[in-house]
Amino acid sequence: MKPNMIKPLTHLRSHSAVLAHENIDTDRIIPARFLTTIERSGLGRHAFNDWRYLADGSEDPSFALNQPQARGCEILVAGRNFGCGSSREHAPWALLDYGFRAVLSSEIADIFRSNALKNGLLAIVLNEAEHRYLLRHPGIELAIDIAACTIELPDGGRFRFELDEFSQHCLLEGVDQMGFLLKQSANIDAFEKKREALA
Amino acid sequence: MTSAPRTLLDKLWDAHEVVAETDAIPGVLYVDLHLIHEVTTPQAFTELRARGLAVRRPDRVLATLDHSTPTTPPDSLGQPVYASHEAAAQVAQLETNCMQSGIKLHGWGSEQRGIVHVIGPELGATQPGMTIVCGDSHTSTHGAFGALAFGIGTTEVGHVLATQCLLQRKPKNFAVRVEGKLAPGVTAKDLALFLIGKIGVNGGIGHVFEYRGSAIEALSMEERMTLCNMAIEAGARAGLIAPDETTFAWLKGRPQAPQGAAWDQALMQWRTLRSDAESSYDRELRFDAADVRPTISYGTHPGMVIALHAPVPAAKNLQERRALEYMHVEAGKPMTGMAVDLVFLGSCTNSRISDLRAAAELMRGRRIASHLRMLVVPGSVAVQREAEREGLDEVFRAAGAEWREPGCSMCIAMNGDLAQPGQLVVSTSNRNFEGRQGPGARTVLASPLVAAASALAGCIADPRDVNSSGRNRTETEQAA
Repeated sequence: MKPNMIKPLTHLRSHSAVLAHENIDTDRIIPARFLTTIERSGLGRHAFNDWRYLADGSEDPSFALNQPQARGCEILVAGRNFGCGSSREHAPWALLDYGFRAVLSSEIADIFRSNALKNGLLAIVLNEAEHRYLLRHPGIELAIDIAACTIELPDGGRFRFELDEFSQHCLLEGVDQMGFLLKQSANIDAFEKKREALA
Repeated sequence: MTSAPRTLLDKLWDAHEVVAETDAIPGVLYVDLHLIHEVTTPQAFTELRARGLAVRRPDRVLATLDHSTPTTPPDSLGQPVYASHEAAAQVAQLETNCMQSGIKLHGWGSEQRGIVHVIGPELGATQPGMTIVCGDSHTSTHGAFGALAFGIGTTEVGHVLATQCLLQRKPKNFAVRVEGKLAPGVTAKDLALFLIGKIGVNGGIGHVFEYRGSAIEALSMEERMTLCNMAIEAGARAGLIAPDETTFAWLKGRPQAPQGAAWDQALMQWRTLRSDAESSYDRELRFDAADVRPTISYGTHPGMVIALHAPVPAAKNLQERRALEYMHVEAGKPMTGMAVDLVFLGSCTNSRISDLRAAAELMRGRRIASHLRMLVVPGSVAVQREAEREGLDEVFRAAGAEWREPGCSMCIAMNGDLAQPGQLVVSTSNRNFEGRQGPGARTVLASPLVAAASALAGCIADPRDVNSSGRNRTETEQAA
């Protein structure tokens, strides 16, 4: 059994897949009935399950991610407020297992974003104009540079995005946040002692 | 020495900062109480095992079984009847993990088992001034006690198990001021839905709500829990209400609340937990409680709400049009009178004793419509016992409703309690997402009163139209 470490991610080049719906909630990303698993792996086949499959279990050809040009895309551009709802980390696990490495939106729910970044799924918030452009141009090739915080478009245009320094550092170096916290144990001991003395 | 006025959030944050945040690194925040359940923890324990780490403070962990657990009675051998082998294995895994880590599990057979956000307060484990986390977004519920309480992911559950800390950036302050009085028959659930409708499901991103004002101060603890529970549905990180005499009276004497001299000392400290005068907030919203009507959802997220008799608004975009189609509702027409297939009374939003009492008062001596099912799922074994002591179970049974064992049940629909495709559910839970209560299920979020009235009428109905002497009793109880 090996600890779960995130793979360093410095650059990402992929065509984009677009799900323009606003407020895609984590129940949509991975329905609750698949949460009885005790593993992290294997959730990709149920990502967007109830959009992706018809009642007979076959793929719904009208669903955007089932179109040939969306297959194999590692960058998902989604409508605003992506990942709202439940705190289930199964959502980023499912997206990563499906093959996505980045999610781009104009707004990303707090808990989902935190969970995504802790698993090496790049969660990027763009301004509305840039977001709209990407929503309207599905399938274009994007080159994301995490150190520079830029997204390069096929026409040479470039979007800048904000990523907090710590998340950026963790992605670039594959930093293990558990390890980081464990190194704080002397501070935590001191904090507990101080509080017990006050009580 | 004068210091800058601080909000309640500022005070809670400052008191738990082990290492202050900088531009480069998030703060290290200490967690007082870690709530865990079977769904979002197995992978965290696996991670600790893989790293050879122990649980740092098992005494600060409160564990229960609620999500995957059946609400049907046990079999003839006394064993729970799970919906799947996976659900049984998940519960067994938490039992093993707790046993190996020295964590007390309020599991099967415990009189203290229940929905994690119901039992924390019930046991007095939830206290003012604490930081409380759980791998569950409705952890915001505990903010009703003036605790900073928020949902986390499973990786963070592992961090807390191993270090009792989290790496966190401080959220922003958002004051929600509600002055005046809620009209009779208008509940905390209506207030919660009204607020989400006002600011949207993304309106609170990055912020912690602090609910303030005379209308908030007038709420009972259970009403405050309902309101804070749904802070996350507006995208907020947490909801907060400053603790007051209502809070202290509710907590006093609970099993894990401080006793004797420790209680007096705690009270002194808890009384300091309010925002200083002149505190400034990053955002503010103010409205009058009298503007709130009984409110229901009409679409597929909790921001799509209307007053009970109001017409469904026209769709403003493609998603809203899709939502109206999914819900089989028509713009311009009210939802009242729409046929209902199922009524669910339960969830961490509305499964406490006051919720059950309010519904039972309306239903006493009446029958639910013959074509529908109603599930009544108490939030905890303690709520179940109290309801049975008061004879509420008999009221529900006599009305034709199903009186179930405690758990999350149809709120998340992962334990086998679910609606069939196309069925319309009036639900006292918190999320009406597409498929939340079963693939193709249509959810209408509502208060326990609207749920009970709809069960009786067989269609979406107004509790004020149920002609009953019982209504007066409910109002008297609420006033008491």
